Amino acid sequence: MSQKKPFQLFDFFYKYGTILTIIVLIAVFTALNPAFISSDNLLNILRSISIVTIIAVGVTVSLAVNGFDLSVGSSASLASAIVISMFVWFSQNLAVALLAAFLGAIVIGLLNSIMIVKLKIPDMLATLAMMFIIQGVALTYTKGATISENMVMADGSYAEGTISPLFAKFGQLPWIIVIMLAVVLIAQGFLSLTKHGRFMYMIGGNQEAARLSGIPVNRYKVAAYLLSALLAALGGIVLASRVMTAEINAGGPYLMDAVAAAFIGLSVLGAGKPNALGTFVGAVLIGILQNGLVMMSVPYYAMDIVKGSVLAFALALTYYKQTHS
Amino acid sequence: MKTVLDMKKISIAFPGVQALNGVDFRAETGRVHALIGANGAGKSTLMKILSGAYGHYEGNLLLNGEQVEIRQPADAKKHGIQMVYQEVDTALIPNLSVGENIMMDQLVNGADKQWIEWKRLWSEAEALLKKLNIPLSPKKPVSDLTLAEKQMVLIARAISNDCRFLILDEPTAPLSQTETDELFRVVRDLKQQHVSIIFISHRLPELFAICDDITVMRNGELVGKKQIAETTQNDVIEMMLGRKMDEQFPARKHQKGDVLLRVSGLTARDVHGVDLTVHAGEVVGLTGLVGAGKSEINKALFGEDQHTSGTVEINGQPVSFRSPHDAVKKGLVLVPEERRREGVFVSESVLANLTVTTLGALAKRSFISFRKEKETAAAMIERLDVRTPSAQTKVRYLSGGNQQKIAIGKWLLAEADVYLFDEPTKGVDVGAKREIFDLIAELAARGKGVLYTSSEMPEIFGMTDRMYVVYDGRIAAEKETAHTTEEEVMYYSTGGN
Repeated sequence: MSQKKPFQLFDFFYKYGTILTIIVLIAVFTALNPAFISSDNLLNILRSISIVTIIAVGVTVSLAVNGFDLSVGSSASLASAIVISMFVWFSQNLAVALLAAFLGAIVIGLLNSIMIVKLKIPDMLATLAMMFIIQGVALTYTKGATISENMVMADGSYAEGTISPLFAKFGQLPWIIVIMLAVVLIAQGFLSLTKHGRFMYMIGGNQEAARLSGIPVNRYKVAAYLLSALLAALGGIVLASRVMTAEINAGGPYLMDAVAAAFIGLSVLGAGKPNALGTFVGAVLIGILQNGLVMMSVPYYAMDIVKGSVLAFALALTYYKQTHS
Repeated sequence: MKTVLDMKKISIAFPGVQALNGVDFRAETGRVHALIGANGAGKSTLMKILSGAYGHYEGNLLLNGEQVEIRQPADAKKHGIQMVYQEVDTALIPNLSVGENIMMDQLVNGADKQWIEWKRLWSEAEALLKKLNIPLSPKKPVSDLTLAEKQMVLIARAISNDCRFLILDEPTAPLSQTETDELFRVVRDLKQQHVSIIFISHRLPELFAICDDITVMRNGELVGKKQIAETTQNDVIEMMLGRKMDEQFPARKHQKGDVLLRVSGLTARDVHGVDLTVHAGEVVGLTGLVGAGKSEINKALFGEDQHTSGTVEINGQPVSFRSPHDAVKKGLVLVPEERRREGVFVSESVLANLTVTTLGALAKRSFISFRKEKETAAAMIERLDVRTPSAQTKVRYLSGGNQQKIAIGKWLLAEADVYLFDEPTKGVDVGAKREIFDLIAELAARGKGVLYTSSEMPEIFGMTDRMYVVYDGRIAAEKETAHTTEEEVMYYSTGGN
């Protein structure tokens, strides 16, 4: 029975490790620079992670059905390009702009679903291909240029459209945080409290058994990829609102952070499953690290080393747990 | 020269379980030794110790009275002990050839040589196949082989080393009758070549056909050791159960209500124009050899096959199933053959497994009522007598019999009209089998229609009112169970008409 103790210790770290790490990091960063704990900075952190979190929740939904959506980053880029171009190029109102961006997401989600459900391409490869395609579509659509108010058009004139002032609010405090929290809570409720969420987890656990239990597996997979594309688009929209322009491949960098947050979230509180709250905690961890390290003057170009290491550690915990339980 | 292997006072514990408790085991070369016990009795654990998979046991291993130390697989191989595991695919590399797979140990251990001597490899592999009388080309890729052939490749690999003790873990479970006969021939040949074969199995008739000695285990302890010639199947079952065997099958009142399921001209992949009916309150057998197309008929009925034609009526209503989802909605459900892969969610809790089919009824506007779910699951656990520490326990940790009860239980909750059971007792120990038979009998008594698929003749005769014999994807014969014999069914199963 001497074996027993380290096992429990491991379980403890598996469940509470992420949260403990966050607490330790807050303590360390505060000790090094008391400004870290100021409410301004904390809000700053929450704001900085909100786009990642929204996109990561989409990834989480795709992970729940044992899928993997790699196209979320470029879906966000495309959504930000569509929404800004609707305002600037076509002088459309807010509703049309949002609708167009979400429509784009639905098309992406359906295409992903066709490749995965009908053509049976492995999820990661199908969405990898889709990532390339959408990235190209977004670049082609914007002709490789940043879209912004008063930009110079191809014919030499200036773009006349303006961005809706209401739209500008999405990316500002407090709305950006409100949107993020709403997404997290709704997704968490959907996954853990409704039968649809339960079915998604069942499909993720054993697709064949799920089908033979009468669960319409394909329908739920389509739903998962639609949700993930729609959330990616929402992330892109909030991003566009925050910077008020649509830059080339603006959403691309969010992919890796979102994936990291979703995977770190697997182990939070011992869930062992993709879950929105865990994903949020994962994003908080990344956000705190990033913010604290910037404060300590770690150069931005070294940041990925830290983020990658945290992801590797979280994955190590999850997979070690899977093989040793 | 005879070699005697003795395992003395073997004990081993895993976190929370004392898996073996002072077990003695003896095997000698030139004899076939049966090791039998209910699921969880510890037979696989004992053999894994012998093959070096578990190093942390207590007790002694002796070869011809001399103590040997076996703590890892390499030690076991050094002493000529080889094991062929039940999951053959885990031990083979599918994209390599038969020859490379057979000679794998030599390839790996000859790592000091930088070049593979292909000529020698092919000829040695061929010689081994010849020694076993297996008509397989060494150059064929393993991915093209049948399960039985893969098993032969593993046996050939085992004897490519110096092999004095060959452990076969439930080797016949996935095999058809002809394949089993072929395996037995190989086993007899090896016996002639002074190899000791240790045979783990649930199937008593087989053990009595091939083995010389039998060791029975129960709950991690040795309960009996006999020569096959001096014991009977009933004795062995009593030793396994630790009590007198109850009647194997429940008594059923034969009743026949309206037609619940009527199938005509059902055609799908490997299914050719099948007609059958199931009445309310009836248990109808679907039997035939392994590979006859019984599972395919079940899957086609359940909407699994996309290219199904023919007509299916449930309660007189014509239905067409494009997916299991449709079938379930129309009141037809399937307990599939491959339990772990198709029947249960091993990484989910007992609770989630039991309620998966009725979640809609347990939810209000899609939100699950966790209280109702818990009550429903608790009632079902009680009714099925599922042996589980709690409703939250993951199904992975339950025994095969209890997993099967859960695979059946989820459909009991769903209250369907027609129940299809595909080999429901596969890999289930004797005690749990009876409980499963009881459940099925109870369904019929409540006026459900049951289509009971099995290639185990005693089960078909013990459980059904009427049966269809399948051969080559067709119904070869329909018989009243009371008016036929095993010989007659076997005649139709093997293509007679």
